[in-house]
Amino acid sequence: MASKFTRSNRVGWLMAGPAALLIAVFVVLPFIFAIGLSFTNQRLISPNPTEFVGLANYEQLLGIGVLTLEPERDAAGAVLRDADGAPKYPTLRSVTRNNPDFPQFAGMREWFSFQLGEHPTYVLARDVVFMKAIVNTFIFVIVVAPVQAGLALGLALLINQRLKGINLFRAIYFMPVVVSIVVVSLLWRFIYDGSSGLLNNLLAALSFGALPRIDWLGEPSTALGAIIAMSIWQAVGFHMVIWLSGLQTISPTLYEAAAIEGSSKWQVFRYVTWPGLRNTAVLILIVITMQAFALFSQIDVMTGGGPLDSTQTIVFQAVERGYGKQDISGGSTISVILFVIVFSISLIQRYLTREKQ
Amino acid sequence: MSKFGTFAGILLATTLSSGAAFAQTTLSMWYHGAGSEQEVSILNQITADFNASQSDWKVELQAFPQAAYNDSIVAGALAGNLPDIVDVDGPVMPNWAWAGYLQPLQIDETKIASFLPGTKGMWDGKLYSIGLWDAAISLVTRQSILDELGLRTPTLEQPWTKDEFMDALSKAKASGKFEYALDLGTAWTGEWYPYAFSPFLQSFGGDIIDRSTYKTAEGVLNGDKAVEFGTWWQSLFTDGYAEATQDPAARDAGFNSGKYAFSWNGNWAALGTLAAFDDVLFLPAPDFGNGPKIGAASWQFGVSAKSAHPDGASKFIEFALQDKYLAAYSNGIGLIPATASAAAMTENYKEGGKLAVFYGLSEKQALVRPVTPSYVVAAKVFEKALADIAKGAPVADTLDAAVDEIDADIEKNGDYGF
Repeated sequence: MASKFTRSNRVGWLMAGPAALLIAVFVVLPFIFAIGLSFTNQRLISPNPTEFVGLANYEQLLGIGVLTLEPERDAAGAVLRDADGAPKYPTLRSVTRNNPDFPQFAGMREWFSFQLGEHPTYVLARDVVFMKAIVNTFIFVIVVAPVQAGLALGLALLINQRLKGINLFRAIYFMPVVVSIVVVSLLWRFIYDGSSGLLNNLLAALSFGALPRIDWLGEPSTALGAIIAMSIWQAVGFHMVIWLSGLQTISPTLYEAAAIEGSSKWQVFRYVTWPGLRNTAVLILIVITMQAFALFSQIDVMTGGGPLDSTQTIVFQAVERGYGKQDISGGSTISVILFVIVFSISLIQRYLTREKQ
Repeated sequence: MSKFGTFAGILLATTLSSGAAFAQTTLSMWYHGAGSEQEVSILNQITADFNASQSDWKVELQAFPQAAYNDSIVAGALAGNLPDIVDVDGPVMPNWAWAGYLQPLQIDETKIASFLPGTKGMWDGKLYSIGLWDAAISLVTRQSILDELGLRTPTLEQPWTKDEFMDALSKAKASGKFEYALDLGTAWTGEWYPYAFSPFLQSFGGDIIDRSTYKTAEGVLNGDKAVEFGTWWQSLFTDGYAEATQDPAARDAGFNSGKYAFSWNGNWAALGTLAAFDDVLFLPAPDFGNGPKIGAASWQFGVSAKSAHPDGASKFIEFALQDKYLAAYSNGIGLIPATASAAAMTENYKEGGKLAVFYGLSEKQALVRPVTPSYVVAAKVFEKALADIAKGAPVADTLDAAVDEIDADIEKNGDYGF
């Protein structure tokens, strides 16, 4: 590897130069700025000088605390109970707001709670919205990566045949990729509309009105699922094309040999097609993962992070803070955290899918 | 093509009509209304008249789409390349003035003494921006609906109390004739939330930011009055009076097609409603205990801090403040003219005009949004809190979180100079 770079290779550098320069100026440099800004209190617009604040932005975003509430006791130490006999607990608000006894929980909010043993335990976060954004983004990636890759492979196998008019199908499957994601999101907002949307009308017609109308993007329980479904549909064609290119690099002689050996369709796929697609699979997995972590446009157009933070995502939060709330340092911090997450996951994927000796 | 034609025509006209065109110093101006041809043509007329009226200055207009306007200003300021004259949304003005984008106007205050209070952009005791118009909100309904439900017609002197308002909603719901009793416009995200709904909070006795210090929201956005407001706000949705997720199409045409009994809407939508029904009423805001309130302040003109010719820029703004231009804007796009004398010249706001009631609303009930640089962020936090509460989030906790976020922002900005 190293020798290729050290060797005199002027033409190669000339060809790579423009792209490398653009990437350096518009990707690498801003990212280095972002790392620097995440340690300051830089605002989008402010007459105040920028100050170094250390890790304060990271603490603010990632701060977590665990609190087990003790029941209220009377003067004698006996547990106070309500009418049903259940112990009475102080409100969470009384602990996290203006309570000098618990300075470590000041300003924190409930992320989630569970009952372990006798008393309720609360997991508090300094920035609950960001925590929800992280969880939502991971759910999105975990669902989208395998489903989108699998569907794309299925489509690629379907259209990798010599049939009349196969190009028409290829074009149809690829079409959503060509349309701007903003336009697609706007259209799907109408499809998901709670009262007169296409999806509701379709379901009502199929079930003869038995299914109730659902406000797909307005209910916390369905909003993220709706966006996942739409995102998979939109980008599946792109990955289908990559699969297709992988399929067409597999030598026909292998298939001929398999046919002579009398192997079944499944055996052909398992022992000829799939091993031949190995590198394509690694590429697709990494590309989908990275794209899925960058989920933004659909959220911005369709839900704005709502309802009740059920569709907040990491990138949406970065933009919302940096520009919407003029907090460039906060937005930069989120970008750096996202970079660390995506970079680590890519490394793990590389390790897991490495060529075994 | 037609826009270029008008532009070229004006350019030609101004060059021909003023022989001294060569001696004129050019002043650049940015405007937010690129999508609205009427607005831009009125403003083109004003600049053409101004350029012809004197020989020192020549204003050149550049219009932006509203959605990209604020971003363009921020980008222009960061690049050190703002125009001489800008227009600015009233509640955003303190932020820009504080950030050093704007400088005070050189306009004698006696000249604007008769202007509606909402049109004057005062910050730090100085006039930074001035509006040719204001906007106002009313509770839109029909006389026939009030008669049918047996409700008293509220007046500016005696608006509905909270109980009367809730009684009206429950009667409208019980009548079964409407899909929802109240159209709040929840489909309009963004500035609509603080503009339209924070007056409810203020009428309850709370506020977005404590206006006595402007350093915190603690106590006003999460105090007892605010929690009372939040509980009421949530009940509008849980009791089925209004919808938390609204179809934008229903917002635009719902009331006019009989879907709602009442609609909380601005004067810019009034002409359409008047065309749909002949017994439309524009009722004043209900009084929730601390007096009836509606929002004030719309887009206004200001001078950028870096302008080399603030005297000329101020001269242009002063020129634009003539009654005939205020009237032209009002006739063109239905806005409330800033002075009573201009109102008398308009079709809809003159004595007995169809929208004259809005002039009274603006005069009597209007309250500007908190005049502080922190408003820009606080407005976003407020919008999210209200949307969450409407969807069922716990009221006190949500308001607490909003307070924390607003306070953290104020602290990060060194109290914004307060």
